[in-house]
Amino acid sequence: MRAAADLRRGPARWALVLPLVIFLGVFFLVPVALMGVFSFRPSLRGGVANWDWDPVLDHYRTIAASESFLPLLGKSVLIALLVGVVATTLAYPVAYFLAFRAGRKAGLLLTILIIPFWVSYLLRIISWKVLLGPTGAINSFLAWLGLIDQPVTILLYSRTAVVITLVYVWLPFVALPIYATMLRIDRRLLEAASNLGAPPATAFRRVTLPLSLPGVAAAFLMVFIPTVGEYVAPLLVGGSQGALYGNIIEIFFGDGINWPLGSALAMVMAVGILALLFVLTRTRPVRRLLDDL
Amino acid sequence: MRRRWGLPSYYTFLAILLYVPIAILFLFAFNDGTALSFPIQGFTLEWYRSMFDNEQLLGAARSSVGVAMGTATVATALGTGAALAFLRFDFPGKQALAAAAMLPLLVPFLILGVSLLILFSALDIPRSLLTVGVGHTVIAIPYTLLVMGARLADFPASMEEAARDLGATYPYTLRRVLIPILAPAMISAWLLAFTVSIDEFVIASFMIGREPTLPVYIFGQLRFANRFPQVVALSTVVIVLSVGLLLLAERLRRIGSARVAARAEG
Repeated sequence: MRAAADLRRGPARWALVLPLVIFLGVFFLVPVALMGVFSFRPSLRGGVANWDWDPVLDHYRTIAASESFLPLLGKSVLIALLVGVVATTLAYPVAYFLAFRAGRKAGLLLTILIIPFWVSYLLRIISWKVLLGPTGAINSFLAWLGLIDQPVTILLYSRTAVVITLVYVWLPFVALPIYATMLRIDRRLLEAASNLGAPPATAFRRVTLPLSLPGVAAAFLMVFIPTVGEYVAPLLVGGSQGALYGNIIEIFFGDGINWPLGSALAMVMAVGILALLFVLTRTRPVRRLLDDL
Repeated sequence: MRRRWGLPSYYTFLAILLYVPIAILFLFAFNDGTALSFPIQGFTLEWYRSMFDNEQLLGAARSSVGVAMGTATVATALGTGAALAFLRFDFPGKQALAAAAMLPLLVPFLILGVSLLILFSALDIPRSLLTVGVGHTVIAIPYTLLVMGARLADFPASMEEAARDLGATYPYTLRRVLIPILAPAMISAWLLAFTVSIDEFVIASFMIGREPTLPVYIFGQLRFANRFPQVVALSTVVIVLSVGLLLLAERLRRIGSARVAARAEG
């Protein structure tokens, strides 16, 4: 009989894992690194494949000197924070209900909640393009009922509309990690709290809430990170003033061809996100989450 | 009373809120009028009918299905292999690799899209449906890895070990023991990767060559106000199909768990 340890080695392991390592290396790590390299390139002169250039910091200087780029990044980060906080706050009671109160129906109720998330991200944004706007479904409905004369301002295409749309886009999804963390909470702790005379509210505040925070942190990050780079919702429901940082990057890689500056802008965003993640992973709830994994 | 009814009503309220925008899409898909506003003008199937005459749209749909099938197949193969390596074998750097394979989910798709655009341009590879598929495979891998990893974690290694103790080579064990047991999970991972790809817009918009995928086509149509009802009708078809596929994937995942449980006991 071969030792179990032998079965866990052998050449098969490399045949199994190397294709994935090579694929992600070539099509994920290399391109991101290449984008970093391109951010130091003076211009695209000589074609994209031309390597005859000296690295410069010009694009980072442009970004630092610009009056619009960094403030817009700040706004995008704030909007991402807002979307993350609102979505997790709205989802938290639902996760709590599913984990502690819904009993055997929890699985079905969770599926009902998650189905809208299976509708494509673009289509969920489009659905809000239909709802919002001066002649959109909501305003025209209210006007039809005779409830309003003028379109409701909050329902026009704007940055507020971007926030509403993105909260909608992420809401079903954020309930998942919070629910999963709550399921792992040892129910005996709650019984102990109650036996020791803690009222339910205290038991929630001192036991359930702290133990569920890792799930909240995970949910928040899953919303926050993609939202910082969001550019589709601003295009569709942001109106004329709604552009975010992602939109500038998209423009420099699209019509306004300036890939090196676009790369530098993307690098600033990526480094910003990493720095924020670094700070967050130093906080207690996230630490605990990482230890759990 | 508040305690008992508060949470269920909140859940119901939120669930309704989540479905209303989608329901509105379905409402306007049958509305006889180009303006998507109330009052409803009357019932029509015109938008659905015109979809089937639209060659560009049908071509985009075919492209999307092709890309999604390719993506799903490659991502499932890579994810299954790596999940086996991560859960059944020891090798240096395993933890770091497993974490790195999840990274594509932690990077905004905008960054993935532009960096792949730079890569393919620098290599002088023209953009096409193939490059879209490559981009989609990068983001589908974390999903297939998670599904397959979860399945393998549930199911003890004793059967593969028995096969190999009896002298089976690893490829033989893979073919005769592992893949039959993992098949439902693999189909479920495949369907999940398929839906990740067929819906994806951001990476596709940077990778697209001359032939658009469906989301890229839909986005392009949004510029023309008079085509909006057709886009909305098309959305409802996509919604029904993708939700159907995912419900199927979920079913298979459950059957997979049951099968693993049965084998583990029997």
